[in-house]
Formats: sequence, C-alpha cells, structure tokens
Amino acid sequence: MKRFAWTLFVLMLVAFPLFAGDFYVNLASQIFIAAVFAASLNLLVGYGGLVSLGHAAWVGLAAYTSAWLYLRMGLGHAAAAPLALLLTTVIAGIFGWIALHASGLGFLMITLALSQVLWGTAYRWSSVTNGDNGLSGLTRPAPFGLSLDKPAAFYYFALLVVIVALWLIAKFVASPFGAALRGTRDEPRRMAALGHDVWRVRWITFVYSGFWGAVAGLLFVYYHKYIHPTTLSLTVSAEALLSVIAGGAGTLAGPVVGAAIVLTLKNYVSAYLERWNMLLGLVFVLIVIFMPDGVVPGVRRWWARLGRK
Amino acid sequence: MTFTRRRFVRAASSGLGVAAFGMPRFARAQNEPIRIGLMTVKTGPLASGGIDMERALTLFLRERNNTLAGRKVELFVADSAGVPAQARTKLQELVERDKIQVLIGPLAAAEALAADDYIRQQQLPTLSVAAAEDMTQRNPNPWFVRGTSTSSQSAQALADYCYKTLKYKRMATIADDIAYGHEMCAGFQRVFEDEGGKIVQKMFPPLTVPDYATYLAQLKTNIDAIFLGFAGSNGFRWYKQFNEYGLKGKINVVGGMTAFDEAVLRNMGDEALGIVTACWYSAELSNPINKKFAAAFRSEWKYDPGFYAAATYVEGGVLQAALEAVNGKIEDKHAFMKALRAIKTETARGPVSFDLYGNIVGNVYIRKIERKEGRLVNTVIYIYPDVSQFWVYDEKEFLKNPVYSRDWPPAKNLEP
Amino acid sequence: MQFWIIQTLNSLALGGLLFLLAAGFSLIFGLMRIANLTHGSLFMLGAYLGVTVLKIVPNLWLAALLGGLAVAAFGGLFERLILRPLTGNALGQVLVTLGVSFIVADLCLVIWGGDPIPLAPPPSLQRPLILGSITFPAYRLVVLGIAIFTAIALHLLMDRTRLGAMIRAGVDDMPMARAVGIPVSKLFSFVFCLGAALAGAGGVIAGPIMSAYPGLDADMLPLALIVVILGGVGSLLGAFVGSFIIASIYTFGSALLPDLAYVILFLPMIAVIAFRPRGLFGRQRT
Repeated sequence: MKRFAWTLFVLMLVAFPLFAGDFYVNLASQIFIAAVFAASLNLLVGYGGLVSLGHAAWVGLAAYTSAWLYLRMGLGHAAAAPLALLLTTVIAGIFGWIALHASGLGFLMITLALSQVLWGTAYRWSSVTNGDNGLSGLTRPAPFGLSLDKPAAFYYFALLVVIVALWLIAKFVASPFGAALRGTRDEPRRMAALGHDVWRVRWITFVYSGFWGAVAGLLFVYYHKYIHPTTLSLTVSAEALLSVIAGGAGTLAGPVVGAAIVLTLKNYVSAYLERWNMLLGLVFVLIVIFMPDGVVPGVRRWWARLGRK
Repeated sequence: MTFTRRRFVRAASSGLGVAAFGMPRFARAQNEPIRIGLMTVKTGPLASGGIDMERALTLFLRERNNTLAGRKVELFVADSAGVPAQARTKLQELVERDKIQVLIGPLAAAEALAADDYIRQQQLPTLSVAAAEDMTQRNPNPWFVRGTSTSSQSAQALADYCYKTLKYKRMATIADDIAYGHEMCAGFQRVFEDEGGKIVQKMFPPLTVPDYATYLAQLKTNIDAIFLGFAGSNGFRWYKQFNEYGLKGKINVVGGMTAFDEAVLRNMGDEALGIVTACWYSAELSNPINKKFAAAFRSEWKYDPGFYAAATYVEGGVLQAALEAVNGKIEDKHAFMKALRAIKTETARGPVSFDLYGNIVGNVYIRKIERKEGRLVNTVIYIYPDVSQFWVYDEKEFLKNPVYSRDWPPAKNLEP
Repeated sequence: MQFWIIQTLNSLALGGLLFLLAAGFSLIFGLMRIANLTHGSLFMLGAYLGVTVLKIVPNLWLAALLGGLAVAAFGGLFERLILRPLTGNALGQVLVTLGVSFIVADLCLVIWGGDPIPLAPPPSLQRPLILGSITFPAYRLVVLGIAIFTAIALHLLMDRTRLGAMIRAGVDDMPMARAVGIPVSKLFSFVFCLGAALAGAGGVIAGPIMSAYPGLDADMLPLALIVVILGGVGSLLGAFVGSFIIASIYTFGSALLPDLAYVILFLPMIAVIAFRPRGLFGRQRT
C-alpha cells in the first residue's frame, strides 16, 4: 500500500509540468531548492542537535563563487560548479572548527556571527561581489547540452537533485555514522565514554551539511541567474531553520514539508493575503501547539491514531 | 486582513463571448482589459515608499475610470518585500499567472537588476521606478524605460546649484551604503568638483544602522555644507540627531531627492525650514496635472504626495500617452515600446521625454522647505529644464567611464 | 580630542540603551534557559505603544511605565500559555518565539504603518548640553543614567531580596532549587514578565534616539544576543559590562574602520565564544 502511494506520488511529480502552468512549475522548483537547503540544515539541527542560524553562508558562498568564476574567470559550469562546492566545503570545515568551540546558544551565536561576517563582506567587497548591485548576467548550466532555461527543464533538473540529495542524506543518517551522530545529540557524555570522538562526529556532520547547503546554493543561483547579498542574510538562515523545525527536525520528510509550507505561504499565499507574514507566524505557533515535534511526526501520530480506530 | 488581489474591472465576459466568434484576433483583444502589473514593496523598511506607489497608481487609474486609450485596465499588485530574489519570483507570478502586459516598478535597484534578464526574456515593457544607473547606461535593456530618474540625475543639478548659486566651496557627503547612495554621491561629487568645489569627506553608514551618533561625531565642522543622499526616512532620522548634537547652524544641509521627501516632512517641525533639496518633483508644482493630483492625494490620504507617489502617477501618465499613441494596441509589443520611447508628454512633474537609453529627460526642481498653510512643503525655488542622466557631459565620454560607485569618480580631495 | 570625548559619550549612551535591552534577555535565558527570540519585537512593541501613549499624555516616563507594563502583561500571557508547555523542547521554543515575533512585527506594521515614528524626549531634555566645546544631546546622558539606575535596582533585587535569592538559586542549580521548595513556575512567570517589562520600557526610552520603525526588532535582537553572549549568560554584571564594551566597539569601530562596519561586532564575539565560551562573567556553560 505504502509502495503504491509512493509510486503514485513520484509519478505525479514527474507528470506535474505537463498539466501545471509555468508559474506553478517554477514555484515547485523553488520548493525543491528550499527542500535541499532545509534538508542540509536538518543534518545539523535534527540529527546532530546543533542549532545553527548561519546556514545561509553556504548558499551565499557557493552562489557567489560560481557566479564569480563564470563572470570574471570565464569558466564554464562544468568547472565552476565543483570548484564552488569545493571552496564552500573547505570553508565549512574552517567555520565548523571555530563554531564547535561552543554549544547551545554559543554555537547558535557563532554560526550567526560567521554568516553575518560573510554578509557584510558581500556588501563591502564590491570589487569581487559588486556589492549592493549583485552579480547578474549569469546563465544556467546545460548538462549534456540540454538547456535548463525553460521552467519544465529546470524543474526536472531540480527534482533529480532533490531525489539524489535526499537519498544520500538518508543513507548517511542510516549508516553507523548517522547512528553515532544521533547518539551525540541525545547522550553526548555517554557517547564520549563509549569512545566516540564527539567533536569529530559533529565536525564531519557540519562539513557534510555545508556541502549540501552549497548544492542548494548552486541550484539557487542557477534558478535566479542573479546573486545579491540579501541571500546571505539572517532572514534566509532563520527561514531555513523554521522550515526544519516546523516540518519536523530529525525526520527525512520534515524539512521538505517545512520548506513547502514556508515557500507556499511566501510566494503563493502572499498574492492573496497582504498579511501573509502574520499568517506564517500564526502557522508556526499553531504547529508548535498542536504538533510540538513538527508536522511530519504530528501527522504520523494522527495517522497512527486513525489507524487504530 | 485584507485581500489584495485588486482587480479593478472584470472583463466584460459576455461581450468577450460574442466577440470570440465573430471578430478577428486583434479586434477581439481590444475588448479584453489591459493587464498592468505593479511591483512594489509593502513590507519591510521600504514599505512606506512602496505603499505610496500603490496609492498613487490606484488614484491615477480611478480618476480615469480604469480606462486608458479606450480600453479597460486591470491592475495586479505584487509585494517583493525589497528582496531581489522575491522580486523575481513575484514578477514571474505577475507574468505567468496574471499575464500582465506591462510592468510598473520595481522600487529598489537590486530588484530591477535581479529581474533584468527575465524582462528581456519575456519581452515585458517595464516602466521602472528603480534608479540603478547602468540599466539605462552601459547595460541598457530595450524593454525598459525609466520615468523617474537615475540616482544622480537630480544630484548633479544640485551640485551645480550649490557651487554657483549657494557659493559652497567645501562640502561633505553622507548617504546609505547602497548602490543608490553611492551613485548619487558620486554624481554630486563629480559635478561639484568639476566646477571647482571640493568634497572633503564622504560617509556611507549601513542602510539599517540604528543610530547615527558615531557618524555625527566624525563629521568635519570646517565645511560649508553637507549633502544627504539618504533614502526612505534615514534623512529625517539623521537630521534629527544632527540637531541634537548642536550642529544646526554650523553646517548647511542640502538633500538629494529622497532625503526630505514629502512623506517624512509631515513628521518634522520648524527645524527643517530652509533646507534645500533637488528632485524631479515637488508636491508644490503648479502645472495643472499636479495641482489636481496633489489635491486629490492629499484629500484622500491626508498628506502630500512625494517621490514614490509621484513616481507611479507619472509612469501612469507616460503609459497612457504611449497607449494612446498606439491606439491601445499593447499586444504589438515592439510598436508599443517604440511609441513609449518616443513619447513627449506633460505629466505631474512637467514635460518629459526619454533619451536613447530609455531614461527620462525632464525638469529638475531645486526646492526649499517652507511652511505653507500650516504644513511643511518643498517650495520650488529654481528649475533646471531638460536634465538628462548625463548632465552636461558628452554621452559617449560619460559611458566610457565606469558606472558611478563608491569608488568612482575617485575622491581626490578627502581630508583625514 | 573632541572626537574622542564625543565618541566616548556616544558609547556610554548606546551602552546604556543596550543594557536595557539585554538585561531582560539575560535574565530570561539565565533562569529559564529559553532564548527568547521575541525579545526584539517586545522592545519594538514597547516603542510603538509608547508612541500611542504619548499622543494621549505627552509624558515619556509615563509612556515608559505603561509600555513596560503592557509588554510585561503580553509577555506573561505568552509565557504561561504558549511557552510553558514547551519546557525542554528547545527547537519548539525557537519556532514559537520567532513565530510570535513575526506576528507582532506584522501587527505593528498594520497598526502604526510603515513610516518611522520618533518619540519626543521630555521638553526639558530637548536642548543639547554644552560642556565647553562639546555639544551633546542631554537626553542620551539621561538614558545612561536610567540604565545605571536600573542596573543598581536589579542588583539590589538579586542580592538583597528573598526573591532575588530564589532567582539566583534557580540560575545556579535548578533541580536543587526545586528540591528545596522554591516555587519555580511562579518564579518563571515573574522573571519573564520582568524581562519583557525591561524590553518594553527600554523600547520607549530608546524611542527618542532610535524611533519606532518596522525592522527595529530585527536590528535589536542580534545586539541583545551579542551582549549576553559576550557578558555571560545569567550574569547581570556581564550584561552591564558587555553592553558598554559592545557599544564602544560599535561606536569607535564604525568611525575608525568604516570598511568593517558590518562585521565590527561579530569578529570580537567570535573570538570570545571560541576561546571563552562562557563569556566574561558567565557562571555556566551555555
């Protein structure tokens, strides 16, 4: 039964551009990008127990690097993409080393501070980032010569990336390393007593989460063909964090659901409701009251309860 | 909570049904309303300007019974919150879902830059409010016209006025640390120094800085005047603190087009009297179109229209003139753009036309803040007619130089 | 010379303002282990309520009092009804505090509009103070005075009253405090209300300097976080000292190193957290 439902869902996703208008296809692409971003943050927050408010750093770094390599160095996407991912991952390693000196609120603050430093640098270092004007004139890659300029083409590309990303993340979480990670989240002292290097587990997760954040960043800059310092802002990090928590931290589907909720409200409902910001806040409050663990665990509970009747 | 999908007129659906069978496509289209999109900012720090934009445009359309060039119009409003990525998404919504045929806006320069390639791709006629210089200079978009001005258009004229008429020789500039502020101060500096003046200090506080105390403490006092390139309400906030630190009277203050806009003037008092600013508009303009507009705006919203309100009202006027030139056939995009760029018409800001790059050529008004009928207004004291984005410089030479920025033209007279 | 004197005075005034903001946050986090991310919007709400009160009675101090009380009431309800059931659910607390801050911010936009509204300082303080060759706004020095007064009052509360002793006990060792019979839930409510009141009143008092505007909450919250982290969580002395340090770094940094204007506060904070995670005066790990 479950397999049938999943197959149907995947078929719907694949068939979606065939019957939906361009606007909705584009909206779906944006949800995919946000889903990858939220899923990457979830590794840290949900599975690692480390709440970060600086995740926008990876999107910004990857996006700017890719844009700069393309515009100033004339590199094609085949070269620019891996370089952007590499640079961002290396910086994630450095930032992770700095940030993991603290935990709890201190960790939150360091991640926030580090991404704010990048944000400020993006504004001020105009010779590289073009400051407040942002970098425009970018293009989408053409894997195997197929253009991604049409909404449907990009949709399938993003869908593919989302599936691969979630699959790899699921593998990571289910692996022994993933188990160790969850152990350090729940019982760090016991894990240390058992001989695990808690710091190293967390650091590796930080870097891996930064990598997937960079992937989301590349998708972002390909989709928008433009990058601006606002992408590095606290709001972007906060939105991702809220998506993860609202959807259900520590679950695989949670960040995807959370991203869908936030993006739908922001980009779709906002056309009908001027006070969508207030509605978003209200949705979060209601989620916390009725499903304190997030939507996905909450819905699972209701489903189970219904099943029992 | 209000529902804001404002559809001002529904297509006469019965008429459409009949027309669908009997008439050729163009004629059929004539019965459908023209769909106009407004990209503005209604949440966040730029909200007050964005809301003014919407108010003025709806007033414009209502005055004309939602009919331009004989066709009904529908207005679709989108809120980008000032975030470039969101502006692009909202624009896609306007184009793909609402099928707009012409766009008014966006407000912020970065939003226009983010939407640039999409506008080209969709071939969407756009009447922009955003001031980013290069969009009508080194990277002109053929679908883009700008009915407001570039960031520095009014500032360049003001620099001339400061040097020649006000006889200032040494000045400082301060503006928000955004492209708009950089471009405006760069233009001011260039003209001022080319005429013989010296800019001895330039400051760019971050856009959302909570407090200007630290910038006021650095301000040199051995200058004749300071030029304010602020946007939104930062000019007003800075000036308030300027007074608190006892600097009023020691240094003259002149402002750019958004430093002391009518919208913030209503919150100020006598301390603002006498400040000179330059803009392409003032609510006090005495041309018949503006007299009607300002009075109508004031009676509906209880404050004078300023830069943002005038922007969309003027764009509306330009749009109407262009539509009339093509007999309402906006469907023929190329003909429409051609007509739009060839427009010469009277608007609330006076006579306007567009240069080869789509930027407006119009009057720049030097204004002084005075009290009239119990409220503060920007009285026009001098007019520079037919000011283009290039001021008096040769167009080709101008474009050979890099775009105005924080570092160009280089400030050679700064004192430590 | 004049530059240094004025900037020092600026730092002191800004520090006082930051203390009013950060003290409440520090108390709440110290005792309840809740990072109250609504704190910025409570500050902003206080400022806007002050605007309205001033329209009726043009007395800033009364506005501060009423603003503080109103925000305290709001905070108390919020804590009791929404935050209390989330004890131990850190992520849920983040979600709900941010969610409420969105709601508050949007409500303020609807009710008071998008333009910034300055609050008028008391007429007697509107003249600038002239000390020799230095001109300085009198009101800012008064803000400093209020901050010092508040710090002393809070210190006396913590040190000399039974209530303060209970709070300190809770901050130091919650399970033990409970075991000893301290009425922890009443204490929570009180502390949250007190923190909210400080934020709300602080918003009104800061009003003449900063005005009430949309985005004030997002501008102030990171500052509160930075001060508390630097000074050490749960330490009032830390919040006090931290406020002035941050204010000085900001004031002098913006003037002397304008290129680092955006990051001037974060760089030292990163250094502090990385090498001394409990902050200057913190007594516990965060």
